Amino acid sequence: ALVNYGPDKGKLCTIIDVVDENRVLVDGPVSVTGVHHQAISLKRLALTEYKVAALRNARQKALIAAWEEADVMSKWQASTWAKKIENKKKRAAMSDFDRFEVMLAKKKRTAAMK
Amino acid sequence: GRAMAIQARPGFSPVTMRSPASAANPRYRRWNVTKKGARPKAAKPAAPGPQKKTVGGSKNGGSRMVEPQGPQYYPADDEKKPMYVRTKSKEHQSSKVAKLRSSITPGTVLILLSGRFRGKRVVFLKQLDKSGLLLVSGPFKVNGVPLRRVNQAYVIATSTKVDVSGVDVAKFDDAYFSRAKRVQSAKDDEFFAKQAEKKEIDPKRVADQKAVDDKIMAKLTKPNLKEYLTAPFSLSKGDRPHAMQF
Repeated sequence: ALVNYGPDKGKLCTIIDVVDENRVLVDGPVSVTGVHHQAISLKRLALTEYKVAALRNARQKALIAAWEEADVMSKWQASTWAKKIENKKKRAAMSDFDRFEVMLAKKKRTAAMK
Repeated sequence: GRAMAIQARPGFSPVTMRSPASAANPRYRRWNVTKKGARPKAAKPAAPGPQKKTVGGSKNGGSRMVEPQGPQYYPADDEKKPMYVRTKSKEHQSSKVAKLRSSITPGTVLILLSGRFRGKRVVFLKQLDKSGLLLVSGPFKVNGVPLRRVNQAYVIATSTKVDVSGVDVAKFDDAYFSRAKRVQSAKDDEFFAKQAEKKEIDPKRVADQKAVDDKIMAKLTKPNLKEYLTAPFSLSKGDRPHAMQF
């Protein structure tokens, strides 16, 4: 799942157990994604399509092995969802000069289309 | 411990010290303690006390203690004292010039926000010593902004930098930019005649402009940089300046 809110915003994590209807137990694993083993509200998560072959309450070692086997990170980064997030970040970090160059590029593109 | 030692001092204000740290808090005023940097008060000449005066007459005791005569004249109205002003008096104001923002270094492209050239992107050259204003140049050929002084507060500093290390700006100071004093004319005819005169630009200024701009133009090698300086800046719909990176 993708963490949407809070200090770990923007990071991936694996749901390893369910606490109750609102909360789940989650683990990065820390060394792979940076999310610690913690209970987190489902409201803070956005579920992704990726599943990892780990048992309920899997320990770090098993989780890391499962992640590497499924190669989730590279699949995630190749997805359109992740690319959209990346583009948003880039756009927000644009300097005034970058914005100017984007404007020129857009003008060029529309001129080429005509 | 320390709190007790402070309380034992004479002239201590009766505020109870909660902790030794609060004793250091300037809010808890302490009497009879000179503040750091307190101005030494002008020493008043000691008022002369009663003097001994010899008195004539056998029955008058020979001498007596006489107070010196007070002033013969007292002003009818109260003397005016200057009002208490919380701001620092002129002699205590620091003569420092406005601190230059860390984002503004020589060669930074600035966006002017007000004045005749609002919206223009100009190159920053240096901060002037006396006024603290920023010396900028368009360059003139690029966007029509001459060598000009600009206030730091009305400027956005972008992250784009131009190399201006080769430009000699040592000769420009506030005196260079001060306005020539106008001659006061008493007659109306003269006044109207002067209005019709064309404003002439000092050829020295033109030469200085060219000297500085040639050096800057030589360094505008980055693609699109010249176009960038030509184009004015403006906000359009959806732009959030507080969220924009410059």
